[in-house]
Amino acid sequence: MKPRVATVWLGGCSGCHMSFLDMDERLIELADKIELVFSPIADVKEFPRDVDVTLVEGAVANVEHEELAKTIRRNSRIVVSFGDCAVSGNVTAMRNPRDLNEVLSRSYVELADTTPQIPREYQTIAELMTKARPVHEIIKVDAFLHGCPPTADQIWFAVNELLAGRLPAMSSVYLRYG
Amino acid sequence: MAQTVTISPVTRIEGHAKITVQLDDHGIVQDARFHVNEFRGFEKFCEGRLVWEMGGITSRICGICPTSHLITSAKAGDEILAVEIPETAEKLRRLITLGQWLQSHALSFFHLSSPDFLLGFDSAPAARNIFGLLADHKDFAKRGIRMRKFGQEIIEQLGGRKIHTPWAVAGGVREAFEPAKKDHLLGWIPEAKETALLALDVLKKIHVKFVKDIPNFGNFRSLYVGLVGKDGELEYYDGLLRVRDAAGNTIADKLDPTRYPEYFGEASEQWSYLKFPYYKPLGYPEGMYRVGPLARVNICDFIDSPLAEAERVLFKEIAGENLVVNNSFYYHYARLIEMLFAVEKIEMLLNDPAILGGNIRAKAMINRSEGVGASEAPRGTLFHHYWVNEDGVLQKVNLVIATAQNNLAMNRTVRQIAMRYIDGKKITEGTLNRLEAGIRCYDPCLSCSTHAIGRMPLHVQLVDAGGTVVDEVLR
Repeated sequence: MKPRVATVWLGGCSGCHMSFLDMDERLIELADKIELVFSPIADVKEFPRDVDVTLVEGAVANVEHEELAKTIRRNSRIVVSFGDCAVSGNVTAMRNPRDLNEVLSRSYVELADTTPQIPREYQTIAELMTKARPVHEIIKVDAFLHGCPPTADQIWFAVNELLAGRLPAMSSVYLRYG
Repeated sequence: MAQTVTISPVTRIEGHAKITVQLDDHGIVQDARFHVNEFRGFEKFCEGRLVWEMGGITSRICGICPTSHLITSAKAGDEILAVEIPETAEKLRRLITLGQWLQSHALSFFHLSSPDFLLGFDSAPAARNIFGLLADHKDFAKRGIRMRKFGQEIIEQLGGRKIHTPWAVAGGVREAFEPAKKDHLLGWIPEAKETALLALDVLKKIHVKFVKDIPNFGNFRSLYVGLVGKDGELEYYDGLLRVRDAAGNTIADKLDPTRYPEYFGEASEQWSYLKFPYYKPLGYPEGMYRVGPLARVNICDFIDSPLAEAERVLFKEIAGENLVVNNSFYYHYARLIEMLFAVEKIEMLLNDPAILGGNIRAKAMINRSEGVGASEAPRGTLFHHYWVNEDGVLQKVNLVIATAQNNLAMNRTVRQIAMRYIDGKKITEGTLNRLEAGIRCYDPCLSCSTHAIGRMPLHVQLVDAGGTVVDEVLR
């Protein structure tokens, strides 16, 4: 049976997933090697059980991210923080030094000329956490992929190491932010 | 008993968009809403940053269209410096914008939408993605992957990296172009043209195959908004705003995009993190308008490249006497026409000697306290509005994102599909298919304010007022 791989998108811009797609023709090779069981680029109904490797893009920014992160940890053998937002909070955490209500108020009250109000219908939308957090502050993370986003070469190296049963030992060229 | 149907990806726990449908006592659809679930707060946390940094920061709004944010940010910076940028810089910015269009449109059609069209709406969900497409339609999928790669390579050859390049700045661009890079990119053109034409052929067969469904996919009257060039041509980087109504009448033209707050307002609602822009003269929510490929091809007078212009003429035949196409299913068609245009225009620009010039940046101090940048992102008109102090430190920021401007129309589409297909207490698999496909027409790049790159795995629960699940469908 092929290794079961998932990719997840929490609070981030999807740039890490786009960099994943930048593996280009190598995706054809990857399609033969893995079973992609959950991903924003695929249709799946819920985060599955028994996943071998999960790449997590994005910071944990709202209560639904937090819940999903815990499910990911329960159901995955290896969890990888995929890109700087997952690793450090990065751009998603740039709101952290500010008061959350001021941040929300700027967008939905001061910059709205009609029915200004902060969205708070939490039965349909997710409540934001006061601070966006890197993934390892919420769950145990086994490996870290730096970069905003990590390059396609870096992702290709890491995925192949993981498929070979090794945690990727990143050379210095891959150990940078931004 | 009145009921609410909640349609949500199970992945809603990772913050995807949701749909709710309100039913009355008789099970008749009263309303339906498209909810967006993500917020990061750029409009506040950019305060205190320097105008020079804004391109690098705002490109992180979206990993799919980072270069559109970069260019729009640089244009807002040009206004703040009060400079006219050198010809070479403008042409290079145009080239990178087309690279962005190409990779984004390729992603939308090949990676995200074509699995539905080629594998079928009812095919096994586990394989209904680009990997499944690689198994069943390998050559087509490979062409799509390479088309996206070409777009990304244009960005990389100019900006040094594929995603989140900081290459464009207030006043111009940071680095000049090189002949060897130009030649490398020109080598792609024959294949890219062939792929764009092939995609159009495939889509036309899809139009025939889905002829019964198409009339119900966001088929309604609305305004159309976008930038057009000085001769009325399809525009992507600069130009003036045009507003056309559902009958094809131009109701406003040559509007200065830097004065956008006079024409467009934004409403907030409790139930979505995506605001609701509207055209002010008609008020909220009557001032609903659509942006992006469908709007751009609807509002332009012609396309400045031969193959795409020939397709535009065919597109107009669908419009008939209305002169504009009011059906959102044809976003796909308009998007592929633009993909072909992008390839043709890229070739023209690459053959223009001006792109190899060395004068690439106008240098100036902070000369204005306010600047608006506008350009056409793949999904529609994008505005960045900055207020700075005398040192160029941001005091206030307003961002009006392309996908947000389709928010009212996406809600309308969901409502139309729900009213047409949801009847009483039973939810069918076919209904799920159609709701999902209806939203995907817009290629909603929700990472600009949220997530969900087009794929929406659905979990529909029909819940009565007491909270009891009376029907449930997973997909």
